[in-house]
Amino acid sequence: MNLEHFQLIDRIVDLDLAQQTIRTEARVPTASTIFEGHFPGYPLMPGVLLIEAMAQTSGWLVIAVTKFSRMPFFAALKEAKLRSFVAPGQSLSLSAKLLHEGSGYAVTKADIRCDGKLTCNAEITFRLVEFPNAEFRASMEKMAAILEFPMGTLAHG
Amino acid sequence: MPSTFDTVANIISETCDIPRDTIKPESHAINDLGIDSLDFLDIAFAIDKAFGIKMPLEQWTQEVNDGKATTEQYFQLNNLCTRIDELVAAKGA
Repeated sequence: MNLEHFQLIDRIVDLDLAQQTIRTEARVPTASTIFEGHFPGYPLMPGVLLIEAMAQTSGWLVIAVTKFSRMPFFAALKEAKLRSFVAPGQSLSLSAKLLHEGSGYAVTKADIRCDGKLTCNAEITFRLVEFPNAEFRASMEKMAAILEFPMGTLAHG
Repeated sequence: MPSTFDTVANIISETCDIPRDTIKPESHAINDLGIDSLDFLDIAFAIDKAFGIKMPLEQWTQEVNDGKATTEQYFQLNNLCTRIDELVAAKGA
């Protein structure tokens, strides 16, 4: 996890195109300027960043399901629940399931667990658009490699 | 069994908090009911689920942007319901 670069997940650990599910993992850094303000003397991972982590997990699932033909952009959030605090250094297990792939949009259900305990969950809607330009797509392919996105599964899915 | 229009009107009413009795077959989702594109995603999700279809919104939008169709053809509710019925029929064919 690199908060300053808005990279909220570390690795894709499982991608199941048949079940339309994904699992990722992330470790909250022990130090970040964000924790200096959130909060002084009581550092906590901001809830909005946990939601972004669920969105990024869901987003890679949508990219996989659409075979890298569409870029998902965060459009709406429903039923978001932040159930317990997340502190610096904690490990997160994230998962998402595709509820529906529509024409130009997709809806997922995502959650985060810490030590097996449900920590937050939400339903997320994305707009799906063609990649705006080659540079953007190339950056996403580069990030896919960093996250160990299983490109091979797209050919067989 | 409710008509396609009743199902769609109920979805719009619940999703966008629009009084049900103001939603008519001749209502235009955008121009008359003021539904924006984000709210329409919620409506599309509910319609897709209710009818077991995938409305081709990207195609419709492209046709409107290219001047090959008018928004009335897809977003006036009686026309939208006709499109939904066609998609349901195609699914069962």
